[in-house]
Amino acid sequence: MTTAQTPAPAAADAPSRRPSEIAIEALIWLAGASTIVIVALIFYFLLREGINTFLDIPLRQLFGRRWYPIEDQFGLLPLLAGTVIVTLGAVIIAVPLGVIAAIYLGEIAPPWLREILKPLIEILAGIPSIVLGFLGWVALAPVVQRLGAPTGLTGFTGSLLLAYMALPTIISIAEDALYAVPKEYRDGSLAIGATQWQTIWRVVLPAARSGLVIAVMLGIGRVIGETMAVLMVTGNAANVPSLGLATFFSPVRTMTATIAAEMGEVAQGSLHYNVLFGIGLILFVITFLVNWLATRLVGVNSMRRKRGGGL
Amino acid sequence: MQAKLSIQNIYYTYPDGSEALRNITFDVQPNEVFVLFGPARSGKTTLLRLLNRLTDLIEGDTIRGVITFNGVNIAERTVDVYSLRRRISMVFAVPTPLPGSIYSNLTYGLRMAGVRDKTLLDARVHQSLEQAGLWDEVKDRLNSSAMALSGGQKQRLCLARSLALEPEVILLDNPTSGLDPISTSVVEETLRVLRERYTIIMVPHSVQQAARVADRAGFMLDGELVEVADGEQMFLHPQDQRTEDYITGRFG
Repeated sequence: MTTAQTPAPAAADAPSRRPSEIAIEALIWLAGASTIVIVALIFYFLLREGINTFLDIPLRQLFGRRWYPIEDQFGLLPLLAGTVIVTLGAVIIAVPLGVIAAIYLGEIAPPWLREILKPLIEILAGIPSIVLGFLGWVALAPVVQRLGAPTGLTGFTGSLLLAYMALPTIISIAEDALYAVPKEYRDGSLAIGATQWQTIWRVVLPAARSGLVIAVMLGIGRVIGETMAVLMVTGNAANVPSLGLATFFSPVRTMTATIAAEMGEVAQGSLHYNVLFGIGLILFVITFLVNWLATRLVGVNSMRRKRGGGL
Repeated sequence: MQAKLSIQNIYYTYPDGSEALRNITFDVQPNEVFVLFGPARSGKTTLLRLLNRLTDLIEGDTIRGVITFNGVNIAERTVDVYSLRRRISMVFAVPTPLPGSIYSNLTYGLRMAGVRDKTLLDARVHQSLEQAGLWDEVKDRLNSSAMALSGGQKQRLCLARSLALEPEVILLDNPTSGLDPISTSVVEETLRVLRERYTIIMVPHSVQQAARVADRAGFMLDGELVEVADGEQMFLHPQDQRTEDYITGRFG
């Protein structure tokens, strides 16, 4: 009689194979698979529409300085230069500011101030880029012009604006990284006479390094991908600026801005159309490289930690 | 003989108003192992953290009373806590190796104090590792990560990190929690040797450990110091009923 009451192992297994379970599992699988399929399709589409850029245009011309689509001159150098200048400028401004702000928030600010600042920073992240672009155009550009630039709409203006946009991303992720550093590290350092600054600099920052790298990389990703705001404030001139201080204080145009500005007017299927997709492909590759670099850096860091670097 | 540390009528209140220490008074003599034991949340750890002013990290707390260290009141807000913490250093319940090599962990305190002399740093590393009983185990891999050590080794590393500063007093907050019996006995053995050079105040893992290592002991309960006595006296013939109840396992 007792054996009859004990359910067989197979019976215990049965509930997990109910139809609803199967349906839910399938749904989850579908959701996961769809992201992969969509990314693959995007890449395929970009490749199909953009590959002609690299097949039909001689490389010498493609990497030339002349971007005159009406004359069938598709030199990408001005656009690459624009993106590099604006991104570099934004990173130079945003990374130190972001990391320092995160240190202040996470390590120094009194709790009541942190409670005020953190939501404010998150609101900053939520401001639509077109609104920031408008602000930059109306408020920031005149200031830059007053600094002595020939026009207020320059690469530097774009950098400032993009830095502002990347800051919330960098700050909140960097702050999370600092928060994840065990309290014991700080105690251990303070308990043998290190000051708060020494503790932050020698212990907390090295311990949070991989998180900080990710914060910076995501910030860069945000900067490279931004379109409308840069379109509005960088002056929209597809020129390669001369080297020196003028590099940052000349009007430029980024790759993203070019796509946004010209896509509406281009004849579908024309070479110009293909080149715009080609630019998209290059952006895709750049984003991929940034991500790859980020994982590499994080990987190297954790390896170095195993070997005993840091401090 | 002047007491190394003299705690006089100390009251400590957390920012939320809860009183963690009430009227604590006792002396710690040079070169003794003074054990503070008692049930959880009786204020032992708070008292240790107060002694090297880690309580400064808490804003809005209040300290009343006097703690003299070699005759100087260190409960004053004006005391230089950084040099104080080099002379009264603390080791925690959870081993806290810092991310980095064994060598950089050991020299950390000295380097933060501004010591750059490589010969001195090397000498202190050797000496402190010997004192903590870790030299033989790690002498060939001083440049490998401190994170790769075992739990007991990490704890002795943290002990050595404090010793490298040649402090006068070492505060040990349950240094053998989470260690196996063999590592525990190694650490306890180390304490017996260290007593010759340092003054040690320790919160033990258990009453049994308290009885094993204590020269003198204080029993704490609900933020009060119930009784202070020599080790043997305390654990064989406690004066206070509450101490006896705790030692014999009637509560706690």
